[in-house]
Amino acid sequence: MRVITAFIAIASGVLVLGGYFFPALAGVQTLLLNWAIILAGVAAIVGILNLTSVHMDKIRRGEKGSAYSALLIIGLAVTFFFGMILRPQHDVMQMVALNGIIIPVEAALMGLLTVSLLYAAIRLLRRRTDMMGIIFLLTAALLFLGSATLPFGDIPVIGTLIRPWVSQILALGGARGILIGVALGALTTGLRVLFAVDRPYGGT
Amino acid sequence: MIQTFLPLVLILFAALLLGAITLWKRNSPARLRDIPALTRLYRMLGLSVEDGTRLHISLGRGSLLDARGGSALAGLATLRIIAERTSVSDMPAIASSGDPLLGLLTQDTLQAGYQAAGVDELYIPTTGRITGLTPFGYAAGAMHIPQNEKVATNIMLGHFGPEAALLAEASDRESLTMIGASDNLSGQAVLFANTQDALIGEELFAAGAYLGAGASHIASLTVQDVLRWLVILAMLGGAAIKLLGTI
Repeated sequence: MRVITAFIAIASGVLVLGGYFFPALAGVQTLLLNWAIILAGVAAIVGILNLTSVHMDKIRRGEKGSAYSALLIIGLAVTFFFGMILRPQHDVMQMVALNGIIIPVEAALMGLLTVSLLYAAIRLLRRRTDMMGIIFLLTAALLFLGSATLPFGDIPVIGTLIRPWVSQILALGGARGILIGVALGALTTGLRVLFAVDRPYGGT
Repeated sequence: MIQTFLPLVLILFAALLLGAITLWKRNSPARLRDIPALTRLYRMLGLSVEDGTRLHISLGRGSLLDARGGSALAGLATLRIIAERTSVSDMPAIASSGDPLLGLLTQDTLQAGYQAAGVDELYIPTTGRITGLTPFGYAAGAMHIPQNEKVATNIMLGHFGPEAALLAEASDRESLTMIGASDNLSGQAVLFANTQDALIGEELFAAGAYLGAGASHIASLTVQDVLRWLVILAMLGGAAIKLLGTI
């Protein structure tokens, strides 16, 4: 069974990869990718069932925070019920579920994120008292100062010279270097999966 | 024509090199530079079993259908080793993800780790979780795991954006050991500021080699080094040609 799974995975990987280079394989590539998208949709349903089962389990065992789990299950059931009856595009669904709950909650989390980031910056030197920590904090401070909107315009030298040089030369060069490293890492990881050395599917 | 087939040549070259170096490295010990975060991770795996503490592995929300899949696969490879090593712990490791396909593979990988350790019966399906399908939804769901499930170490390996700060903040409030790596630049900056030892750039893909996943993982690092030198030479060569062209 494991051999068959590995064979199907390798064949699918080679065909999809080949589709980028050989036009004759483009049709097969599209077909396989479409199947993958359908499977991703099915996986989303499985994911919701998994989420439900985890939280039901928490409620049953009366674990810490199980009140939030109950809230999640109720919210899921109510949204699903009214979504099936009214359809997700219905004005009431858009107004209540989307504009009334999802968007404000995500916006609140975004606000919380801003505070978290500020707090992390303050604690950075306590956590990292090395040269990299100091450079990180100094660079961030310079970029903030350089891009601040002030009534009299940019801060001389910092806003007109240092910020553009740091962000467009140093930071951009560093970012490209990191992304090249990530791309090479992704390439070798992908090759290991393609050769079935790493098999995140079908067991051991 | 060259532009179309150059990537193919690069992939074939990398594949051949990976195969050859894997065979070569099979019987020779690996010499790896010290990466404090991965040394800490290695130590935490042992402690998890000895002390009966729990690990939480956040695999992020990297979809396998786009360019973020590389980091997701690297996270899964690391999860496989962690699951195998910690399967006999009193507190089994929990893995969370923010993508449905990644979630399915997370469960399969966890189960594979238990099978490899010979304790298939100890596997609990709910230890592999999908906590949300949007960046903040995922973070909000995963934040509760360190707070409510007696987690001692939070390991973040995969695709994370700025929302990683929320997870890091939750871990910090519980005074957990935190190890973080992302393929996203914003996520890396956030994790650098929030963790004791952050993994930068391609170090995310080195975790398997440092945890003893086998010769292929060590060979991957060598192939990355070779390719990196080729990229450097190509860039220097290109700059020199351009410079000569302007003289």
